[in-house]
Amino acid sequence: MNFLTISFNSLAGTLPVDTVDSLYHRYEGGGMTIDGPFILVRKSVGNQFSLSGHYYVDSVSAASVDVLATASAYTEERTEVSAGVDYLNEKTLMSFKYTNSEENDFTANSAFFSVSQDFFGDLTNFTLGYARGWDDVGQLGKSETEDADRHIYQVGMTQVLTKNALIGVNLETITDEGFLQNPYRQVRFIDPGNTARGYSYQLESYPETRTSTAMAFRGLYYLPYRASIKGEYRYFNDSWGIESHTYDLLYVHPLDDQWIVEGKFRYYSQTQADFYQDLFPFKDSQTHLARDKELSNFSGTTFGAGISYELGQGAITHIDRLKFTLLLDYIQFEYDNFRDVVAGEGLAVGTEPLYEFDAWVTRASITLEY
Amino acid sequence: MKLYLLMTILLSSLFSLSGCADLKPWVKPYERNNLADPIMSLGRHGVAGSYVHHVYQARESARGAEGGAGGGCGCN
Amino acid sequence: MKQVLKFWAISVLLISWAFTTQATPLKGAASDFTLKSNQGKNLRLEDFRGQVVMLNFWASWCGPCRQEMPLMDEIYKKYSDLGFTILAVNVDEDTADADRFLKAVPVSFPVLYDSDSKISELYNVDAMPTTVMIDRDGNKRFLHRGYQSGYEEDYKKQVKQLIRE
Repeated sequence: MNFLTISFNSLAGTLPVDTVDSLYHRYEGGGMTIDGPFILVRKSVGNQFSLSGHYYVDSVSAASVDVLATASAYTEERTEVSAGVDYLNEKTLMSFKYTNSEENDFTANSAFFSVSQDFFGDLTNFTLGYARGWDDVGQLGKSETEDADRHIYQVGMTQVLTKNALIGVNLETITDEGFLQNPYRQVRFIDPGNTARGYSYQLESYPETRTSTAMAFRGLYYLPYRASIKGEYRYFNDSWGIESHTYDLLYVHPLDDQWIVEGKFRYYSQTQADFYQDLFPFKDSQTHLARDKELSNFSGTTFGAGISYELGQGAITHIDRLKFTLLLDYIQFEYDNFRDVVAGEGLAVGTEPLYEFDAWVTRASITLEY
Repeated sequence: MKLYLLMTILLSSLFSLSGCADLKPWVKPYERNNLADPIMSLGRHGVAGSYVHHVYQARESARGAEGGAGGGCGCN
Repeated sequence: MKQVLKFWAISVLLISWAFTTQATPLKGAASDFTLKSNQGKNLRLEDFRGQVVMLNFWASWCGPCRQEMPLMDEIYKKYSDLGFTILAVNVDEDTADADRFLKAVPVSFPVLYDSDSKISELYNVDAMPTTVMIDRDGNKRFLHRGYQSGYEEDYKKQVKQLIRE
């Protein structure tokens, strides 16, 4: 389910820098508001070890289309913490991190290990990562929980092409096993017996395994007047029949030594899971049933802008860098085969308007390097 | 899996490249001025960057292959 | 399971590929050069014959380089009266970046500007930072590639040894 990305951003040869990174994050869209803090602290111990930990909270107040269709608005909180250690030996950086996430009806734990190696005059970096995840899926009102287990395999390589260019390739395979559905979410089927709406609901039913593969390519280029441009493409597919493409473009433009502005564009599109349908013909029509819009045919477009202000070494004693950042993203989701039953109330079954919504994501952070 | 076999082959060929005396690293450690610039970092925004992956993972089916290491100063 | 084993096999291979960055002994005369300095005039390496010279290659964008600068300053202050100097060759393409760092972290030893990397190439600099210890006869004696906390003790030992010769 939801746990923060296992992404690895560091330079082998030196330990990751000591930092206190604090973020206020806010997502507003589709009837949901989710905000909270995200704080990461990192401190090196000696020349070879770096310890880190993070604290993250999602405070959810929601009345999304899924919720409104079958329930009523709710508030919820998810808290995530982690502890990690990095070990540097010459050009090899080994990292281990344990993460725990808690909601009132869902617990996720994961252990992550990676090895990052620089070679060929530090022009090439190769990183391998492996993680195990254990989810405990509960349901309010039930004392028993279901399990879901996960294995994650990551391979990544970056290559310096020129003094001004860098390229990277990443590959990630994830296998999940267990209770992979949401215990509350429901699918709808045509039901002539339901004279009020013409359709009725039943619980969703997902396969007990899922294997997915993602492959991403990225390139970063330094422009001579001091700016950078980054392009990324990711291809994804999984054993549920979903295929997706993600395109990312980022332009970073420093105005002077302290102010930097950036703009970004992202386009995402995916095809549906084999067992997805907005409206099933009758009850229990398939072994597996899903109406989660996340598994439908849809696309999402993001426009983002950001500004940061930085104070370098010398401004404040014992502080190497102090950076203030404000990032704003506007995302528009458009669904090709998920219908808005709330907006389509009163309309004939299956003719409700296709769902679409937009969201604003705000990130305000203060980063300290000491 | 075929993709992992491909990566392993890529890696082994890289190893043989480093052993090959004729091919030397073509960007010297003292030429990494621009690569070491923070605007050329793959993870420039720290936690703000990793948070946004979570925003998308919670709403899209795709997951994985975000992030990367390498580039930068190449010091030590 | 096979996947996992393959991964660990590759990791072990990679780890064994590591090479050391500790001090290595050197031989031969240190190549002469002249560079612009922050002392108002150009400085030539030959002019320092008779003194022990710690030749250090650094850049404002290099973390370990920035870390060792204040420690180098301590060594300079301690031994400069005994016929010792540090020549810190900066390799920033834009010397303004070096000057900005020096304003925040001032040092008492001379800083030379090699913005077109000619001297770095001459000395085959293959790690950042790089320190070359040169004795009173102008011969290269020790090489340090990279900087880790604790290297400054090695610097002191070698400076003391070369001063006594």
